[in-house]
Amino acid sequence: MMLAALEILTQANFWAAAIRIATPLIFGVLGALICERAGVLNLGIEGIFVAGAMSGWLAVYSGLPLWGGVAVAAGTGALFGLLHGVLTVPLGLSQHVTGLGITMLATSSTYFGYRVAFPNVSTPPRIEPFPPLHIPFLSELPFIGTVIGQQSAFTVLAFACVGAVAVLLARTPLGLAIRAVGDNPEAVEAQGLSVMGLRIGAVMAGSALMALGGAFLTLSAFNAFYFGMINGRGWVCIALTVFASWRPGKALIGALLFGALDAYQLRIQTIAGGVVPSQVFLMLPYLFSIAALVAVARRADYPRALMKPYFKGQR
Amino acid sequence: MHSDPSRPDSGSPNSRPLVLSLAGITKRFGALTANNAISLDIHAGEIVALLGENGAGKTTLMSILFGHYVADEGTIHIADATGALVPLPGGSAEAALGAGIGMVHQHFALAENLTGYENIILGTVPLWRPGFGRAAARRKIAGLMRQSGLAVDLDIPVGRLSVGEQQRVEILKALYRDVRVLILDEPTAVLTPQEADGLADTVRRLAASGLAVIFISHKLHEVLALCERIVVLRGGAKVADRPALGASRALLAELMVGRPIPTRQRTAGHPGTSVLRLAEVDVGRPGERDRLTGASLDLRTGEIVGIAGVSGNGQGALAALVAGLQPARAGVVEIAGQAVGSGPRQRLAAGVGRIPEDRHRDGTVGALSVAENYVLETIAAPENQRGGFMKGRAIRERAAAAITAYDIRCPGPDVAIRSLSGGNMQKVVLARVLERAPRLILAHQPTRGLDIGATTDVHRRLLAARDRGAGVLLISEDLDELFALADRIAVIHAGHLSEALPAEGLDVRTVGLMMAGHAGEAA
Repeated sequence: MMLAALEILTQANFWAAAIRIATPLIFGVLGALICERAGVLNLGIEGIFVAGAMSGWLAVYSGLPLWGGVAVAAGTGALFGLLHGVLTVPLGLSQHVTGLGITMLATSSTYFGYRVAFPNVSTPPRIEPFPPLHIPFLSELPFIGTVIGQQSAFTVLAFACVGAVAVLLARTPLGLAIRAVGDNPEAVEAQGLSVMGLRIGAVMAGSALMALGGAFLTLSAFNAFYFGMINGRGWVCIALTVFASWRPGKALIGALLFGALDAYQLRIQTIAGGVVPSQVFLMLPYLFSIAALVAVARRADYPRALMKPYFKGQR
Repeated sequence: MHSDPSRPDSGSPNSRPLVLSLAGITKRFGALTANNAISLDIHAGEIVALLGENGAGKTTLMSILFGHYVADEGTIHIADATGALVPLPGGSAEAALGAGIGMVHQHFALAENLTGYENIILGTVPLWRPGFGRAAARRKIAGLMRQSGLAVDLDIPVGRLSVGEQQRVEILKALYRDVRVLILDEPTAVLTPQEADGLADTVRRLAASGLAVIFISHKLHEVLALCERIVVLRGGAKVADRPALGASRALLAELMVGRPIPTRQRTAGHPGTSVLRLAEVDVGRPGERDRLTGASLDLRTGEIVGIAGVSGNGQGALAALVAGLQPARAGVVEIAGQAVGSGPRQRLAAGVGRIPEDRHRDGTVGALSVAENYVLETIAAPENQRGGFMKGRAIRERAAAAITAYDIRCPGPDVAIRSLSGGNMQKVVLARVLERAPRLILAHQPTRGLDIGATTDVHRRLLAARDRGAGVLLISEDLDELFALADRIAVIHAGHLSEALPAEGLDVRTVGLMMAGHAGEAA
C-alpha cells in the first residue's frame, strides 16, 4: 500500500490534475496579492469567483467566443472590485465587513441571475469549453505530453499572468507605486500620486483576476455552471497569499502545492479509502493550509498599510 | 516686487531674488482660526526658522503650502523657472511639487519596503512605462549626493536604514525633484547630536547653492545656530519676523509662549537609599531589536537618573522591565531593596509610578472619561470601589480636584479623555502617578510632543517629586531635557546600558557620541 501511495506521484494524470486544480487558485492568489500589495484586503474574492464563473459562462452560452467570455468575467470582477474599492478607499469602511458583504452580494445576485435566466432547468445547460492544449513537439513527448494534453489555453494564461504580475510589481513605475501605496500612502501622496486612484485601480485589477479564476472552472475545467461550485476556493487564496509573502512566484508555488495535495488526496482515497474515512483525506489540503500559515504567518511581512484606510491631509 | 533694490548690502536676504511669497493666508477649522492673515516672503539661499508651539499654526501653514489644505483666504506666489512670481493653485500636492516645493516631514513619507532609490524616483516617472530609466536617474542622484554631502546606501529597503539615513533619503528625494524651497519639519527631533550637526552642514551647503530652506523646530539653540531669519507664530498669527542675529533663547521662548518663561535654577538632588537596583539584567530574546543585555543600574531616592539614547536601542525593554510588563530573563531586579515579582500589579503595589512613552497607546483609554482614566491604575483600591461597584461620586470629586491642582484644561471630569490636547492628557497621567506618591517614577519620554508651557510644567512636577524623595528614571531622547533634569546620566545603545555618570561631568558631545555607539571614543 505504501508503494501504491508513492506510485501516484509518478502518474502523469496526477500532475495534470494538480495543475488543473491549481489554475483557478493561481488567478485568485495573484488577484488577492495585488489588492493587498496596494493595502486593501479583498474578502469579496469568494463571491467574485462565483460571479466570474457564471458571467463568463453565460456570455459564452449566449454566443460570445470563449475569449469573449473570459473578458466578460474579468469585467464583472472589475465591477465588483470597483464597488469594494469605492466603499473601502474613499469611504474608508471596514475592509473585512465590506469584503464579506461583497461576497454575499456577488454570490446571491449571481444565483438570482442564474435562476432568472434559467427558471425551469434541472440539469445545467452546457457549453463547448476550451479544447485541450496541443503544442507541437512538446505534446508528442510521453509524460509531459499527457500532462499538457489535459490543460487548456486558459492555464497558459494563468502562468503568463504570474510572470506579468511579477514584472509589473518589480520592474515598472506602476508596480513601484502599488507597492508604496500599500506600505506608506503618505509617501505616495507626497510624491503627487493619487492614493485613491492607485488603490481602486489595484482592487479592480485584482478582482478581475479573481473572476478569471472562477471563469476557468466553467469555461475550461467543467462546461457548465453549478451552485456551490466555488466551494471555498476563494478563501484558500486568501490564506495562500500570506503563504506566498505577497510574491507572485511564491504564489505559483503555493497554488501548485495545494493543487498537488488536493489531487493526491483524491487518489489516495481509492487506495486507503477502506481503512481511513474519506473525510480525513478531504481535510488534507486545508490542514496543509493551516500548517503553512502557522509556519509562515508569524514571520509574515504584511504590507504595513494593509487594512488601514487613508484620508488625505490627515496624519 | 517685495525686494528692495535700494539696499546695497549683498549679504542681506532682501537682495536675493524672492522665491516664495505668502500673502494674507487664513485658514479656519470651524470656530478655530488656525492661520490668521499670515504673510511671509522667502528668498533664494535663505534659511528661515519657523517657530511656534503646538497649535500655533505651523503645520497648518505648511500643509496649505504643500497642498494638503486649501486656504480660506490669501494667495501663494512662487517663482517659476524665469524667476517671475506666479500664483500657486491650492489643494494640490502635485502642483506644489511641480512648482519646486519639497517637504521633509517629521514622520518620514517613505515606503519602507522599497529601496531608497525606488523611493526617490517614485512618482517622477510616468506610471505607464515599462522601465524606470535607471541610468539617468542614478547619475542625477549621484550628482546630488556629491553636491549635498548626503551619503546613504540606496539599494537596500529603507526599513533597514537608521533614522538618520532615512532622513537623508527624504532630503535626496526632495532634491531630486529640483526643489527651490525645502521645508524641514522638526528634522533633528530624531537625530543624535552628531547627526544633527551633519544635517546642519548639509542645510548650509544647500542654502549656499541657492535653495531656500524653511526650518521648523522647537529647539531654540539649533534655530539660533543655523538660521538667519526667524519667524514666530502664536495662536495662528505671525508675531515676529526678525533676523536671528541678536535674538536670544529667552526672547524666542517668550515670543512663542506669549509670556516670560521663568528660568529655573537647577538644583542638585539628595540621593538616599536604593530604590531600583538592576544587576546584569537581560530582557528580550537575542535578535529582537529593542532589548537589554547585562544591564546594571542603581537608582536612589531623591535623584533623577537620565537614560539617553536614540529610540529603539533598548529603552522600550527597560521601561517594560521596570513597569513589570516584561520579565527579566536573567539578573536581579530589586525595588527598594526587595526582589519584586514581575507583573504590572506587583510593581504598582511596590510603589512604581509609570509615565508611559505613548500616552495614547499605553497611558490612557481614549473612550473613557478623565475621571475614569484618573483611577485606572487604582480601580481596585478601597477608595475607588466597594463590593465591585465604582464609587462614582468620590472618583469624580477626586478627579475634579486633580483637574484644578494640575491645571488640566478640560470641560470636566466626565468628558472622554481623547478630546483633550496632548499636554492636558499628559497632565492627567502625571496627576494619576503623582497622587500615589510613588517611590519610583518611570518617566519615559514624558514631554514628547508637548509644547514649552506643558513641558515646563512636567519638568517642575518631576523635580518636585524628586525633592519629595522619589527616585526618577527619566528615559528621553531629548538631551536638553536630560541635562536640565538628571543628576546622573547613562547612555543606552544596542541593548547595552552604560554606567550612570554625574551630569555635571558630562557634555552634550560626549553623550552624543555614546548614543551613536562610540563608547570607546567618548571615554
